[in-house]
Amino acid sequence: MAQNGGLALKVVELCSFAAGPYCTRLLADFGAEVVKVERPGVGDESRTRGPFLNDDPHPDTSGMYLYLNTGKLGVTLDIETPDGREIFRKLIADADVLVEDRAPGEMERLALGYAALSAINPRLIMTSITPFGQDGPYSDFKAYHLNLYHASGAGYMLPMNSTSLTREPVRGPGFLGEYDGGMSAAVATMAAVYWRRHGGTGQHIDVSKQQSMMHLERSQLRRFIDSGTSPNRTGMGRLLESLVQCRDGNYVILILSSQKQWEGLFKAMGEPEWGAQPPFDTQAGRSAHYPELRDRLAAWAADYDAQDVFEMVQAYRSACAPAYTAEQFFQSPQTVAREYLTEYEHPVAGTLRHPGLPYKFSNMPEVERRPAPQLGEHNEDVLVERLDYTRQDLVRLKQAGVI
Amino acid sequence: MTDGMNARALQGVRIADFGHVLAGPYGTMLLGALGAEVIKIETRKRPDEQRVQHGGGASSDYESSSNFFEINLNKRSVTLDLSSVKGAEIARRIVAESDIVMENMRPGVMDKLGLGYKDLVKVKPDIIMLSLSGYGATGPYRGYTAYAPCFSCFGGQAELAGYEDAEPNTLTSSCDSRAGTAGTFAMLMALNLRDQTGQGQYIDLSSSEVLNAMVGDQMMDYAMNGRSPTRHGNHDAIMAPHNVYRCTGNDRWVSIAVASQAEWEALVAAIGAPEWARDPDFATPLSRWNNQNRLDVLIGEWTADKDAYDVMALLQAQGVAATPSAKAKDLFSDPHLVARGAIAEIEHPKLGTRKTIMPPWKMTQTPPGIFGAAPLLGEGNDYVLRDLLGIPDAELAQLMEDKVVY
Repeated sequence: MAQNGGLALKVVELCSFAAGPYCTRLLADFGAEVVKVERPGVGDESRTRGPFLNDDPHPDTSGMYLYLNTGKLGVTLDIETPDGREIFRKLIADADVLVEDRAPGEMERLALGYAALSAINPRLIMTSITPFGQDGPYSDFKAYHLNLYHASGAGYMLPMNSTSLTREPVRGPGFLGEYDGGMSAAVATMAAVYWRRHGGTGQHIDVSKQQSMMHLERSQLRRFIDSGTSPNRTGMGRLLESLVQCRDGNYVILILSSQKQWEGLFKAMGEPEWGAQPPFDTQAGRSAHYPELRDRLAAWAADYDAQDVFEMVQAYRSACAPAYTAEQFFQSPQTVAREYLTEYEHPVAGTLRHPGLPYKFSNMPEVERRPAPQLGEHNEDVLVERLDYTRQDLVRLKQAGVI
Repeated sequence: MTDGMNARALQGVRIADFGHVLAGPYGTMLLGALGAEVIKIETRKRPDEQRVQHGGGASSDYESSSNFFEINLNKRSVTLDLSSVKGAEIARRIVAESDIVMENMRPGVMDKLGLGYKDLVKVKPDIIMLSLSGYGATGPYRGYTAYAPCFSCFGGQAELAGYEDAEPNTLTSSCDSRAGTAGTFAMLMALNLRDQTGQGQYIDLSSSEVLNAMVGDQMMDYAMNGRSPTRHGNHDAIMAPHNVYRCTGNDRWVSIAVASQAEWEALVAAIGAPEWARDPDFATPLSRWNNQNRLDVLIGEWTADKDAYDVMALLQAQGVAATPSAKAKDLFSDPHLVARGAIAEIEHPKLGTRKTIMPPWKMTQTPPGIFGAAPLLGEGNDYVLRDLLGIPDAELAQLMEDKVVY
């Protein structure tokens, strides 16, 4: 455990892919001791997902795995075997938090449900992350990220600002909804940890990824309650914002949501005559002539590079931003100045430099930054040092395929 | 506090909320749902945009915005003109009684008001302060302003969203909610660290960085291979079929995703083993991926005369991942969400009884909830100024007269 106030929390992770691993990585960032339990020989699904270093698939060079599992200890354990379950129960007896993402009923089938585990450790906080939650008519349904994006209502509204309903609704970027589920779980888990420290007990937390994503869209979904009409991907064709393409081919988003925003933009454009005359001189007028306004803004932006538009508009204190690619974001002076990217050595993947923490804490604990574990890397550290198995036991367990 | 089902996880935690618009207020609302007391500090002199802006212009009615309602549940409102010396002083007294301060003004504004971190630690040495901004409180763009579409653009998400052959997409206001949720996590982390060290914390959160970190795996292709990824509509890097398909009804679609050979065979069986499914072009995962555009057309022909919810039921029964592209209307009466208690009805004095979405966690010992509607402006003045700070009635009357409490 880190000396300088690192989060004193022992976490066991029985998760795969993005949501659960992101949840526990958020905790590991602050010094929580996270023991990641993976299936022997196979490991986390993200190990087979990529992107891979040099496009050469290897279980220890998957970018998704490396990014989501830094700071953790890795053990292999086959919990389908009695010995594996025995070791798992010993890990739980000593843990504060278990984060798991098995389908509802799976943990009970293995006699590792909340009732069984809290009997071993009444102070255990067990956080279960599933597509639709532990109960309800869809709880057994299968859903990948695409399906969740659409089941949550988020997909139906994308791409926002479509000009018609001709083309299909789409999912969000990357595996964003999986991260939403992981972040949501981390919030509830830390609240439960706080309560336990202040006179509370352990408890079971049931996180639905669908509801986590849907909750994020509440500001949009409420439009149905207002009007009886569901917002769709064209519904935002109103005076809020406009994406313009600049001279260098890059895009910039301009914000138009209030008179104040407009005034800065108007000045940045050099106070063009049309902007001072009806209908463009009022928010209501601009709203009523939105498509025409968009054309005029696009024509203006086409004479400048994206970075110029960004700086010109911000100089007048109106909001706007360039739509960055990964490369542009990594190289942005803001990203560099904030030292947002983290750099370290991984024994197999070499030097890695990738997104770090999106918040800076003035009293940040001094946390040992370990790279994502190789499959079973910490079997000995955890089983021998922590659970009192002998090295000979380890050989026997390995022989039997338990670890 | 440990009284079984009545317990709230953050009982006794108080937040001084200087938030406005969406991201910050969303973050403190989540703390309220977990049982914290959230005091929203605002003024009718410069009302929260969310109370008054309605796309086409500003409203003079500050109490009937459903958007404000949605992200300010579980709060009390105290009205203070922070630009007055006296108003800022009262705000500092509220902070002295609080555990956490949350603000999402432009970097530097709180300092100018005498409400910067260095001012606030003087009145509450172990205060936790979260500053949530578009690009962060340091760096060359620290003073730049941002709304949610700016975070998604700057943070690299817009580039990854939308059709392959069209422009980037900035996503919805959910990007504000995401930044807010990361703020909630950061505040909870700081609260737990304070328990261990006795020390507070200043937290500088960049919303653009939050969004970038949530597509971190995508960024790894640049980090490791120097390639910037881009958008692919509904398609996936490995899986196929992986898209939405048109169904009967007005703009109805169903999403279908297949990861394995077993799932493919289950899909083929569920749709009646059509002739085309035996085409060698669709025999293996790789061949399906290579021929996915043709596959999409064929699956779309099958779904075209079916109801999206019927397709979900049919395919899920065979273990195939399928869900409708749900509209808001579907969600508010969805049998699964209703059975799980995800939809609640809340009373508001101006808006009446409204359906809304419950917090996304079930907790056996500290069930989260909606314990109060969004506050009217100054609804909590009596509680905060009289009960909490003990300001005498005569002084309070004078403060109102002077429009300090306003």
